[in-house]
Amino acid sequence: MADKTKVQRELAAQLIAETERLVAPLGRPVRFMEVCGTHTVSIFRAGLRQLLPDTVELVSGPGCPVCVTPDRYMDQAIAYAGEPDVILTTFGDMLKVPGSVSSLNEARAGGADVRVVYSPLDSLPIAMANPDKKVIFLAVGFETTAPTAAATVLAAEQQGLTNFYVLSAQKLVPPALRLLLADNEARVDGFILPGHVAVVTGADAFAFLPREYHMPGVVTGFEPMEILRSIYRLAQQTAAGEARVENEYGSVVRPEGNPAARRLLARVYQPVDAEWRGLGVIPASGLMVNEAYQRFDIAAVQPVKVLPAAKKTACRCGEVLRGSINPRECPLFGKGCVPEHAVGPCMVSVEGVCAAWYKYGGGRFHYGQ
Amino acid sequence: MCLAVPAKVMEIEGSLATVEIRGVQRKASLMLLPEVSVGDYVLVHAGFAMQIVTGDDAAETEALWREMNGGPRTVE
Ligand code: SF4
Repeated sequence: MADKTKVQRELAAQLIAETERLVAPLGRPVRFMEVCGTHTVSIFRAGLRQLLPDTVELVSGPGCPVCVTPDRYMDQAIAYAGEPDVILTTFGDMLKVPGSVSSLNEARAGGADVRVVYSPLDSLPIAMANPDKKVIFLAVGFETTAPTAAATVLAAEQQGLTNFYVLSAQKLVPPALRLLLADNEARVDGFILPGHVAVVTGADAFAFLPREYHMPGVVTGFEPMEILRSIYRLAQQTAAGEARVENEYGSVVRPEGNPAARRLLARVYQPVDAEWRGLGVIPASGLMVNEAYQRFDIAAVQPVKVLPAAKKTACRCGEVLRGSINPRECPLFGKGCVPEHAVGPCMVSVEGVCAAWYKYGGGRFHYGQ
Repeated sequence: MCLAVPAKVMEIEGSLATVEIRGVQRKASLMLLPEVSVGDYVLVHAGFAMQIVTGDDAAETEALWREMNGGPRTVE
């Protein structure tokens, strides 16, 4: 039996050749969008853009939760962090994200108590140990992460904690895809669907793509081979003029997702119109703590006032997130804006499209044309 | 941010599991996946087990290899 890496290399080559053969009769390049920041990073790291033929373009969508979090949310988080009786807990990727005037890192340098946690649950012992403080978890992320924050709220209730809160800016992927399809700026032929979002939502949550938009979608994992498989599947559908949701991540994605996680989400949260950086306010695209759990929602218990964000910047992150321009079309890319001194969140986040382009050179540079 | 990694369940105590990820042991909550047993492989995200991992990727890749070489379709 041939060794595994050799088989993988051969299969990758065959997948790419088959993909090229499938799209050739179309007489135009096909364009597939990945809508998960982890896919973006994986694609760049493995150099998939270079491996694919010129007739297959990959474009990144609004799949980096840090990147789509608007200035206003960061301003609120920074305002809470500035209160003397607050301990803010957050995933590490939020620290450098700019708000309209500063970042959590700067707030921390100024004396704010901001702590990085690996899990939202890590906030609870902190709340327990600091009964005179309010512990606020920055609940940011998509369907994958939202149930972990919801479970933490329930755990706080079970433990009788009265000083734990969330500041929710959690977002839902399907409404953002609808928006992209409605204005069609991204001009995509299919979606590489976010595997870990689908672990929770189920592949069925994307059935609206073929049904309402005749748009193919393939759920897949994060190994280069899994991504290539999804591209091949999308090419098959595109070439045949078909549209289905296929699941190439069957080892963890079930049609119905994770029902326990979805039940828990529904128990703690309710859908709400939400602002996305670059996409504006999208109806029912966010999650807010519902009335039954409102005492855990810092925005309800103790609203904080922030000035309307009036930042003037040449950052074009919004267009990058919609797939309408590539980072190199931004005048600041690689000049005023580099990862160590980022102007916009698409360069701050390790999953940001600008950061991936900067770090990996952007492949063949004809992304977005 | 949505990254999740596979881990083996070593021990379960109430709704908390000890899991092993690439040789390192850590805790993972089972609040979102109560049906887990010791020995299962689970996908862990932000301190929570999110799903049981079934089958393996190598087998899926092999099935696709066969499909491209004239075998039956492997996805629906
Ligand atoms: S390169 Fe920097 S300034 Fe330009 S769009 Fe990206 S994040 Fe914004």
